[in-house]
Amino acid sequence: MNEFAHLLDRLAYEPRRNAKLRMLQDYFTRTPDPERGYALGAMTGTLSFREAKPALIRGLVEERIDPVLFRLSHNYVGDLAETTALIWPTPRDLPPSSAGEGTLRSRGGRDEVPQEGSAASGDGESLYEGRDLSSTVAPPSRDFVPTRPPLTRGPPAPTEGGGDPPVGLGHNNPPPHVPTLAEVVETLATIPKRELPRHLADWLDALDETGRWALLKLVTGNLRVGVSARLAKTAVGALGGHDADAVEEVWHGLTPPFETLFAWVEGRAERPETLNPAPFRPPMLSHPIEEEADLDKLEPEAFSAEWKWDGIRVQLVGGRDRAGVQVGKVYSRTGEDITGAFPDLAEAISFTGTLDGELLILRERRVQSFNVLQQRLNRKAVTAKLLEEFPAHVRAYDLLTLDGDDLRADPFVERRAKLEALVTRLDHARIDISPLVPFADWEALAAARADPASVGAGEDAEAIEGIMLKRRNSPYLPGRPKGPWWKWKREPHIVDAVMMYAQRGHGKRSSFYSDYTFGVWRAAPEGGDELVPVGKAYHGFTDAELAKLDRYVRNNTTKRFGPVREVAHGREAGLVLEIAFEGVQRSTRHKSGVAMRFPRVSRIRWDKPPAEADRIDVLERILARGEREVAPGATLLEKAG
Amino acid sequence: MPIRASDLLTLTREGLYCPLGRFHVDPTWPVERALITHGHADHARSGHTHVLATPETLRIMAVRYGADFCQHRQEARLGEEIRVGDVTVRFAPAGHVLGSAQIAIEREGARVVVSGDYKRAPDPTCLPFEVVPCDVFITEATFGLPVFTHPDTRGEVRKLLDSVRLFPERAHIVGAYALGKAQRVMALLREEGWDRPIHLHGAMEKLTALYKEEGIPLGDTPKVVAAERKDLHGAIVICPPSSIQDLWSRKFPDPVTCFASGWMRVRARARQKGVELPMVISDHSDWPDLCRTIRDTGAGEVWVTHGQEDALVHWCGTEGIRAKPLHLLGYGDDGEAEPAPAEPGPETEAAA
Repeated sequence: MNEFAHLLDRLAYEPRRNAKLRMLQDYFTRTPDPERGYALGAMTGTLSFREAKPALIRGLVEERIDPVLFRLSHNYVGDLAETTALIWPTPRDLPPSSAGEGTLRSRGGRDEVPQEGSAASGDGESLYEGRDLSSTVAPPSRDFVPTRPPLTRGPPAPTEGGGDPPVGLGHNNPPPHVPTLAEVVETLATIPKRELPRHLADWLDALDETGRWALLKLVTGNLRVGVSARLAKTAVGALGGHDADAVEEVWHGLTPPFETLFAWVEGRAERPETLNPAPFRPPMLSHPIEEEADLDKLEPEAFSAEWKWDGIRVQLVGGRDRAGVQVGKVYSRTGEDITGAFPDLAEAISFTGTLDGELLILRERRVQSFNVLQQRLNRKAVTAKLLEEFPAHVRAYDLLTLDGDDLRADPFVERRAKLEALVTRLDHARIDISPLVPFADWEALAAARADPASVGAGEDAEAIEGIMLKRRNSPYLPGRPKGPWWKWKREPHIVDAVMMYAQRGHGKRSSFYSDYTFGVWRAAPEGGDELVPVGKAYHGFTDAELAKLDRYVRNNTTKRFGPVREVAHGREAGLVLEIAFEGVQRSTRHKSGVAMRFPRVSRIRWDKPPAEADRIDVLERILARGEREVAPGATLLEKAG
Repeated sequence: MPIRASDLLTLTREGLYCPLGRFHVDPTWPVERALITHGHADHARSGHTHVLATPETLRIMAVRYGADFCQHRQEARLGEEIRVGDVTVRFAPAGHVLGSAQIAIEREGARVVVSGDYKRAPDPTCLPFEVVPCDVFITEATFGLPVFTHPDTRGEVRKLLDSVRLFPERAHIVGAYALGKAQRVMALLREEGWDRPIHLHGAMEKLTALYKEEGIPLGDTPKVVAAERKDLHGAIVICPPSSIQDLWSRKFPDPVTCFASGWMRVRARARQKGVELPMVISDHSDWPDLCRTIRDTGAGEVWVTHGQEDALVHWCGTEGIRAKPLHLLGYGDDGEAEPAPAEPGPETEAAA
C-alpha cells in the first residue's frame, strides 16, 4: 500500500500528462498482481467497499492525540485525512523515556509483548524479521508470493513490506504488518461495519505517512488523484503497445484486480473475453472549425451537416446476457456507466446495438437549455420527481453496432440510414433522430448556423450551439481523428471585464502569471460601484501576449496570497479583458452568483479605461434569457411571460 | 536576593536583552553589543558595534555582509565560559547550520538558555545539538504542531535520486536556502552515492565555498553557466527557493521543480508553491524533538520565541511546565515566518 501511496503522491504533484503516464507505467511494470490491479481499480473508480465516515477517523485520532493539539493541527493543515496521516503516532514518536508527546497511545489488543531491548543489538535485518512475528492481522500476506501463484513472466519481486524499515523505529516495537492495497480492499469488502475501526487503526499503525494519507483518502471515498481513468487505461495499454481505446473495448467486462487485462497486455494470455453483453465503445470526436477560412479547404458536397446540441454525449448500448435477458446500459463519453442515474433512458433500450447521441432534457417535445440539464446531472438520488421534472432523452446521431454487426467501418451515410430505420422501428418517445441540416454551400450553412430557426430548428434553436459536419464516406473512428468530423460553434457571448487577480500557471507557463480572475461592475452595498469577480480565464492569448500580461501583473501587484497576486483594479487603474464565453449559469460558489461557461480572453483592451467595463447586468440579462438563448445572433422566439 | 530569570533575560524592541550583561541576543536592529546564535539573516544582522559569535558564524557574516559588518568582533569557542558584564555566557552547539550555537547565560547558579534555531536530526555539515540543562529554556516553535515530524532525510534524498532515474532527460531544480540547507542537501546527496557534479546557482557559490574551506567535503559543485542550462539533462541543480519558479529555472531541459524544506510536509503548502517534488528536509526541530528537548533541559519555564507557539505552550501546560509565547517579531521574517498564504522568499528558509 505504501508503494501505491507514493505513486499517488507523486502523481498529485505532477502537472505533465506524459510524466504522469511514465510514472503509471513504471508502477504497473514493477508491481505484481493483484496489487497493481487494485491500484488501477482505485484510480478508475471501480472499487466498491464500505466507506468510513470522517467522525470515525476523528474518533480514532482523539483516542491517541490531545484533542486540542489535533484541533490546532487540523486548522493549520485544513484537510482531515492529511492531518490524521501526519499526526498519527508511530513508533518513532515513542522513545523509551517518554510515554507520549501528548500522544497517549493504546496498544491494546496486540498480543505481542514489547521486547525491551531484545533486538537492540541487531542490525536492520533482524529488526525486519520481527515483522512476521508481529502480525496480528492474519494471514501474514505481506509478500505477494504466498498468496498468488508465481507469474511466469511477471514483474520483478515485490517491494511492499520489503523496503527499508522506517529509520528510528523503536527497537522495542517490532514493525507491524504493512498491508498491501489488495489486502485493504479485500478486507474492506468483507468485514462487518463494527470491525472497521480496529482494522483501520492497525493499518494506520503500520503504514508510513503517505500510506496513511492514501488509505484515508481511499476509505473516505475521496481518492481524487491527478489522473483520469482514461490516462490510467492508457498506461496499462502501453505496457503491451495497445492504445487506450483497445483497453476501453475490453474494460467493461472486467473487474478489479484486472489480472486477465494485465496478462493480455503483457502478452501472456489472450484478449479477455468481455462478459458484458452491453459494452462501451470509445466515441469518435471532432475538431473545431476556428474560422470560416478553414471551410475553404473542405468541399461542401462531401459533408453532411447536423445541429450541434448543447447536451451531454452519451452512448446507449443494448444486448442480451447469457440467460437471454435484455441489458441496457448508458455510458458517458468517457465510458463511465451512468445507467443508474438514467433509469428512464435505460428502459428505452430494447434493441441490441450501440447508439451514439446527445443526452437532452425535453419538455413537451422542446429541448431545454444546458442549465436545465445540469439540474438532472450529478444527483445522488434519482427520485420519481426528478424523473418527471427532468425527462431524459437521447437525440441519436450514429450507430456503431446493430444486432451483432460492427458497423464502424461502414461509411457514415450507410450507418445513418440504418440509424434512421432503427429509430423509426423503436418508435420510442425517449429516442429521436438528430435531423440533418440541408445546405448547398458554406454560405448557406453559415446562415443556418447564425439562425437555426430559419432552417427548421424551430423552438429547439435555443439548445443548438453550432453545426456538426461529418464526412459522408467516413468510418466511425474512436478518438479525435483529424478530418472526418468538424464542429463549427456559434459566435460566443462577449463581455468587457477587469483583471482582478492573477495566478501562476503550470508546466511551460509555471513562471508566468497566466490564470486571470476578472470582474465586472455592480452597485456596492455601501454605495458607489464595485468590481465583483465573475470568472477565471487562462487561455485565448498568444505567448507574446502572455509575456506582456505577465509583466503587467508583476508591475501592478497590490497584494500577494500564495501563488495569487491581486492586481490593481478600480475605476482609474486596471486592465480590461474582453472575455468570450458560451453561457451563464447561476452559481452559489461565486460571490457574484453567476458563473460563465468556457470563458477565455478574446482580446486584451489595453486601450479601454476600466470604468467603462461592463456591468453585472449584462450577465444577468443573459441569465434571464438563458432558458431560451444560447448565443447572441440567434433569432429569439420571444414568448409572452 | 536570588537571581530572577528576568534579570538574565528580558524582551526589548530590538529583541532578547540581558540587563545584567548589557547585551542583546540575535537583535533585529543594530545595537551596541550583540551575541549571535547563527548566521541566518534574520538572526545575524549587520551594523552592531560589538559582536560575539562562534568563529564560523563570524565568517559567515563576513561573507554575507562584507568584512566590516561590525566594529568589533570576538570569537566564542564552543564550551568556553566568557564573562560579559555581570554574567557568564557559554556557547554550545545547536545543530542548526554550520557554526550555530545556543547561548547559556548564567549567574549565581541560575541559567537561561537561548537556543536560537536548533535541530536534533543528524546533519553532516554541523556539530550535533548539545543538551544544556537550565532553569529557563528559550525555544523556537517553527514546526510546533504535532503534524510536523520530519522523516529521515535519506529517504527524501532518495526520492530525488529516484526521480532523476525516472526522468534522466530532465533537470532537477532543487530550491534550498543558501546557508545550511543547500550544503546539507549536497552532503546528503554525496552520502547516497551521487558522485556527479551538483550544479549551483550563483547565489550559492560563496557560502558553499566557505563550507568547503571549513573542511566539509561537498564534491564537485560547478556554478551554472547561463548558456549551458539547456544542456543539463539529468542534472541536479541547487538554487535559492525564490529561483525555482523564475524564468532562470525555465531554461533548463523540462525542469522538475523540487524544494527542500520542512514546510513540504504539508501538501497544500507544496502545491501553493508549484512544487512537483517536495523534499521534507528541515534544519529545525520537528514536534517530537521540540518536546524531547524541553524535557531534556529540565527547564521549569519555557519561552517560545516564534512559530506555532499555541500548541507548544499548550503542551508545556499538560507537562506541568510554565510556558509563555514571546511573539517575537522579525524572526523567520521578513513578515514571512509562516509561508502561507504569502510566498516564502529566500529569507523564509531561514525559518524552515
